[in-house]
Amino acid sequence: MTLAGILSQLLQIAVAIALAPILVGWVNQCRALLQGKRPPPLLVPYRTIRKLFAKDAVVAGNASPIFRVTPYVVFGAMCCAAAIVPSLATALPFATAADAIALVGLFALARVFTALAAMDVGTSFGSLGARREMFVGFLAEPALLMVLFTASLISGSTSLPTIVDTLAHRELAIYPSLAFAGVAFTMVSLAENARIPVDNPATHLELTMIHEATLLEYSARHLALIEWASALKLFNYSCIGLALFVPFGIAEGTSGLAILAAAPVLVAKLAAGGAVLALIETVSAKLRIFRAPEFLGTAFLLAVLGMLVKLLLGS
Amino acid sequence: MNLRPLGVAPEPVRAAMATQRAQVSSGQLLTACRLGWEGGARLVALWGSDERDRQRGFRVRAVLEDRDGLTVLDHTLLREDARYPDLTPIFPAAARMQRATYDLVGIAAEADDQRPWLWLAGWPIDRFPLRRDFEPDPRWEPGEEDYAFVRVEGEGVHEIPVGPVHAGIIEPGHFRFQVVGEKVLRLEERLGYTHKGIEKRFESLSIADGAKLAGRVSGDSTVAYAWAYAQAVESLADVVPPPRATWLRALCLERERVANHLGDLGALGNDAGFALGLAQFSRLREDVLRRNEAAFGHRLLMDAVVPGGVARTLDTANALAIRDDAIRLRNEVAELRSLYDEHAGVQDRFRGCGVLANDVAHKLGVVGLAGRASGIDADLRRDLPVAPYDALAIEPATAATGDVAARVAVRFDEVLGSLRAIEVIIDKLGDPSLPPAIDTPLKEVADGSLGLGYVEGWRGPVLVALESGPGGSIRRCHPHDPSWQNWPAIEYAVIGNIVADFPLINKSFNLSYSGHDL
Repeated sequence: MTLAGILSQLLQIAVAIALAPILVGWVNQCRALLQGKRPPPLLVPYRTIRKLFAKDAVVAGNASPIFRVTPYVVFGAMCCAAAIVPSLATALPFATAADAIALVGLFALARVFTALAAMDVGTSFGSLGARREMFVGFLAEPALLMVLFTASLISGSTSLPTIVDTLAHRELAIYPSLAFAGVAFTMVSLAENARIPVDNPATHLELTMIHEATLLEYSARHLALIEWASALKLFNYSCIGLALFVPFGIAEGTSGLAILAAAPVLVAKLAAGGAVLALIETVSAKLRIFRAPEFLGTAFLLAVLGMLVKLLLGS
Repeated sequence: MNLRPLGVAPEPVRAAMATQRAQVSSGQLLTACRLGWEGGARLVALWGSDERDRQRGFRVRAVLEDRDGLTVLDHTLLREDARYPDLTPIFPAAARMQRATYDLVGIAAEADDQRPWLWLAGWPIDRFPLRRDFEPDPRWEPGEEDYAFVRVEGEGVHEIPVGPVHAGIIEPGHFRFQVVGEKVLRLEERLGYTHKGIEKRFESLSIADGAKLAGRVSGDSTVAYAWAYAQAVESLADVVPPPRATWLRALCLERERVANHLGDLGALGNDAGFALGLAQFSRLREDVLRRNEAAFGHRLLMDAVVPGGVARTLDTANALAIRDDAIRLRNEVAELRSLYDEHAGVQDRFRGCGVLANDVAHKLGVVGLAGRASGIDADLRRDLPVAPYDALAIEPATAATGDVAARVAVRFDEVLGSLRAIEVIIDKLGDPSLPPAIDTPLKEVADGSLGLGYVEGWRGPVLVALESGPGGSIRRCHPHDPSWQNWPAIEYAVIGNIVADFPLINKSFNLSYSGHDL
């Protein structure tokens, strides 16, 4: 582990933490524009986070320590995930410690804590949200694993930097297995990030909420961390998607110049990805909750198809 | 409605539509209601009043509507512990009205359900605000109330209380769900959180000042309430508003309908997760409201309708603009309608969701838009038309399925129908043979007479019953919102649906809290 490697690693985490809220702001801007509305300023998510940090936290009297530590655990899990997802560079010293399966585990950890905290205070919405959150999670995670397995089969490794290195060096062509996996991954990302059509992050209707219902009891710094972690999660998913399906332009060394050159490429790719997300959200309506299994079942099926195509046809 | 089989002689009441009134005994009240139900009548409203200062004890008043017009049935209770017959076996909609009557006047029906309805421990339970000897006391502390919700027992059943404080800034209502998993077994509503004593306040106002308060009973239906109040005053004062005023009133009422339907259509899209619909419909609604401001001086048209006529006339420039708006709006609404109709995701949420079957709607006496979406072909603008609707030939929009999609479809049809009506009205207003007068002076109102106003607002028919006191004062004024009839229908419409669909179903009815809680 070289000093440059550590620096590159730290830089990448810092970039993720700093850029994540902008990505959310950008998606909101695109969505407003697509709906024919005047877009909100790009930096609104930062202002929200700053505002929340300045407030006094209110915690229910019967909240256990789980409720208090959850924001930190979730935020920490997302930071760890940012450390092993290649966004700027593939030379990530930490990535040897955790592979793609561990990444799924990190997301699951955050989800389990969110669900526990939601049930902790004992409000009916918290339990309702926790139940729905786990319901979506147990359908989404297998599909995500399948997508990652498909990519692993191609590169022969479950380590994300290796996968990305391999994919980035293949000649430019359409690979059916990756195409299937790409569609599946997009569907899973929508579900995992509580976006339309599975969940609606903008709703105020507590009865329809999935992810938001688990957060109703949080305020101030706790809520700020959770919001930030949600932004990081979206950022991480976007980076996984970009790294797997459009890996071009990522820095392969730890040289400052390569990373510097990779940064604008990453921003451009994220901007395009965010616009696509906003487009999907604008043209779809929210699914009835019990349609979510069909939606995620389709994602799983596509991911399995991708793997079968790779295994049977080798393409 | 023919009351002769009962052996009572009804007296006619001066009102904008055919109205009769009869004093009935408890037996006659029940018989009249049963005969009415069999003859296709429905219960419009039921309320009580304290008549002890006139040595008449207490009075329960029920109003029925059928195709002949309105029938007012008065029943006197000489003692406060006397009970009047329970009308719920005939008209289930009477249940909450009877309970509210007890909360406010302190006279009870012979019903099983004696739980309070509007009383939320805001005043002592043995005091009744609408009694003439009621003295409020600032030392009263808000109390605790222990409301007996009906619970469902069984394996895996759990209870979700929602509201009156919600996650968003919306109106206060409490909804108690009994669910298994996501499926709703039972919903029980608890309302009254916006009770502000409107009926009591009316009693301290003069008939002239009451118009402003009537226009604020439910802000989204201000034209309907103001018009109904104006009708009541005009029937008391025995004046007829000039024709131009009635056309202008109809213009306001149809614009109110358009604005509210547009808002609801957007909100329904949004509740289905289709924010594009909200953005587009909000824009259209805003255009309507801004034109209202320019033409009538108020975005929601408050105080545009006044007893005797209307507050201001419409100038030519605004009339032309309203006409142009209506034509443009019609095209845009048609375009958005095809967007909703062809969007698989939106249709999947709307169709088959929150079904209110025709027989249930009929039994519950569901009115207005929600009723028409369940196949109840009733619209005052056609059934009991007052000027100028007798000349407008409104064709009610109905649908058969009774689901959210049906209520959306009826809204679309009504917006288009109202826009057509607006064009006709504007043409009529431009007719030089229409006299320019827009109001008529009100005459002195005699003490102790009853006036009724009944107007098809955008939600359904709004009733205002006004009783005069000495010297132009209000003795008793009872505004009745169609939401009274329709709130119980939501409890039926959600059964078997999933909890997450409740907001969509609720929005598809979009009932008034303020108009109901008074």
